[in-house]
Amino acid sequence: MAESHATAVHAEHDHKPHGWRRWVFATNHKDIGTMYLILSGVMFFIGGTAAMVIRAQLFKSGMKLVDPEVFNSLTTLHGLIMIFGAIMPAWVGLGNWMIPMQVGAPDMALPRLNNLSFWILPFAFTLLVGSFFVPGGSIAGGWYMYPPLLQQFGAAFPMTIFAIHLMGISSILGAINIIVTIMNLRAPGMSLLRMPLFVWTWLITAYLLIAVMPVLAGAVTMQLTDHYFGTSFFNAAGGGDPVLFLHLFWFFGHPEVYILILPAFGIVSEIIPTFARKPLFGYDAMVYATASIAFLSFIVWGHHMFTVGLPVAAQLFFMLSTMLIAVPTGVKVFNWVATMWRGSMSFEPPMLFAIAFVFLFSIGGFSGLMLALVPSDYQYHGTYFVVAHFHYVLVPGAVFAIFAGIYYWLPKWSGRMYDMRLAKWHFWLSAIFVNVLFFPMHFLGLAGMPRRVADYAPQFTDWNMVASIGGFVFGASQLLLPYIVWKCVRSGKPIEANSPWEGARGLEWELPSPAPYHSWQSPPGEAVLARADKH
Amino acid sequence: MKRARLGTLLGTLALALAGGPQPAWGKSGWDELNMPRGVTNVSTRIYALHMMAFWVCVAIAVVVFGVMIWSLIFHRKSRGAVPDVSLTHSTRVEIVWTAVPVLILIGMAAPAARLLVRINNNTDPQVNIRVTGFQWGWRYQYLGSNVSVISKLSESSTAASMMHSGISPTSVPHYLLSVDHPLVVPVGEKIRLLITSIDVIHSWWVPDLGVKRDAIPGFLNDASFTIAPGKTGTYRGQCTELCGRGHAYMPIVVHAVTPAAFEAWLKHQSALQSEAATHPPTTAATSG
Repeated sequence: MAESHATAVHAEHDHKPHGWRRWVFATNHKDIGTMYLILSGVMFFIGGTAAMVIRAQLFKSGMKLVDPEVFNSLTTLHGLIMIFGAIMPAWVGLGNWMIPMQVGAPDMALPRLNNLSFWILPFAFTLLVGSFFVPGGSIAGGWYMYPPLLQQFGAAFPMTIFAIHLMGISSILGAINIIVTIMNLRAPGMSLLRMPLFVWTWLITAYLLIAVMPVLAGAVTMQLTDHYFGTSFFNAAGGGDPVLFLHLFWFFGHPEVYILILPAFGIVSEIIPTFARKPLFGYDAMVYATASIAFLSFIVWGHHMFTVGLPVAAQLFFMLSTMLIAVPTGVKVFNWVATMWRGSMSFEPPMLFAIAFVFLFSIGGFSGLMLALVPSDYQYHGTYFVVAHFHYVLVPGAVFAIFAGIYYWLPKWSGRMYDMRLAKWHFWLSAIFVNVLFFPMHFLGLAGMPRRVADYAPQFTDWNMVASIGGFVFGASQLLLPYIVWKCVRSGKPIEANSPWEGARGLEWELPSPAPYHSWQSPPGEAVLARADKH
Repeated sequence: MKRARLGTLLGTLALALAGGPQPAWGKSGWDELNMPRGVTNVSTRIYALHMMAFWVCVAIAVVVFGVMIWSLIFHRKSRGAVPDVSLTHSTRVEIVWTAVPVLILIGMAAPAARLLVRINNNTDPQVNIRVTGFQWGWRYQYLGSNVSVISKLSESSTAASMMHSGISPTSVPHYLLSVDHPLVVPVGEKIRLLITSIDVIHSWWVPDLGVKRDAIPGFLNDASFTIAPGKTGTYRGQCTELCGRGHAYMPIVVHAVTPAAFEAWLKHQSALQSEAATHPPTTAATSG
């Protein structure tokens, strides 16, 4: 009696807004998570369209599809959009959806802040994407915006900088929310070392965001004052130092790449145990490895600048610190492999993407290790070898982990199962053509093709054609994902149990699917926690 | 054998798509797989380090991917594998797979550090050349002489690179990798470049020389190399730092000649350029 009364009262309290108000005034972590994921998807396809034009332009030597300046705009926007628009919002979206469920909380700790941090983003991306259409076109100096080149662009220059300010504010607010949620709303009894790894990796990522986004904001603001207010922070003619910007940017930029990849480590660490039907190997080591990677990410920025002319001692230091990252990263890969070892694996779409992640992220790790060796880097720097490296860690790395997360939790979110056959098509097309797309770039870079060139010598044509064909098929096959999600939400077969995955453990699977509006209305007890424990 | 045939087949297919004949010069694009060994004391050592790192990575990949593939084949549910749920951690194994990578890394870092120090030794050069990047080309000044060379994309490449030029790049010799006035250097002598820029950041790179240094306004970077005696020839490279609209169109061409030929060239240029200075209307012809 008392219980049903409580439910009735609660239902009354729900009074969730409907129609457009549900989204504009959203304070619910699931609604906001959904909006983040949709925004991320939209930006993924906008950035992807830019990539398709880039690959068409590079299809063969002498191709003149777009003007070189437009080409430079496209590479710049592709980078900024994919990093800030596609991958980061996808993580925040997944974090919003899953963190409250995984720690046993009803919602995020700061729901209105959550609303604000999302609704800043459409404005930021309107500025960023809109800058392509202003006179003079968008900035075309690469996503890392080095001065003095950045100073040569017109109205797009302040627009981009304001867009970055807005994205930075949004990221910091989102990060604060995630830290407060994890620190304060964990179910009683869930100690830090009982948290799921996705929560752990997001917690560390959130600290990285708070540490480095202000550095980026400061650095681009200094460019703004150099341009409009007569300062000379980076202007050599006025006694400034262009290299200072490089230091500031990469002090942000290196932790940023871990912001993009740490939550991926978390998701893969959730999925592999589920489908190997075996607890994660070396949970504690995984947590410590993540923390070590985060710490090291602050002291390796110089490896982006080996050809800038740093003192030899500094180059040596950055080489050694960078190589050290291979140790905790190696520990992670070994732990994933050991989790599969003597498991009982099945290969549903989330597991397929997670396995491809381990293979292909490792390839990106190998080229990363090669890039760390300064003398070799003198040859690799600024070439397609670098493009191959970071696309291996970001596309079959971060993006595949996002896909894995979506295929893993979509039944949780919707209470329905998606079309498994189509999802497997999505996987195989992506996994095969991502390699056709990016592997030849290693050859191109080694053979001497610089990155960010709008045209190239004829001897580079063959591998560029292969890469372009890979790119077109990879790009087209991504259209399957929104269709699969749409079909699932509309007409997927409802799942009967809380979890469609036999081996899934974790608090989120203790809730019904789809989960109630306020995820955990009362904290799970110790019995539920013990059942959910993965280790 | 089979692979070579497949390569030829794919190459023919690509050619049909490209709609043009393979250039008569240079290697086929399919053979462009690896870093060039190069012709300097620096580049050959970098190549050796690169190959060492590559094989170490291959070895690690064979072991790690091997274990993983074994697992994927034999530890699958469809084969009736039963999960060993007690296998959750092992301090001994974890120490081993932390310590072994550390040892491997030390083994890689030591030769890299030695080579790094060696490459950055720019003392006692025999020829000093100031390299100045600009949007979009390079200026080479031979220090201690009045010789100065402005080096820009060759006319034939420039014409072919224009929008709607209608000129096939394969009909242009060294499309985008040829200049009007190359940098001329002697083989067998230590050459030191002093690199800067007058506008935005550029980067001077010639793969065969193993030299890449950023040209930064307000900074003077240096790099040095010695081309092996007997390795006279032409070496080509490009700007490797995005520098605006013409980034793809500012190649670098180095003519390596014998010291005697270099001296003769420098003397000839010097005479031409002082004559040009005393008779301003005459344009300096600096072609090498």
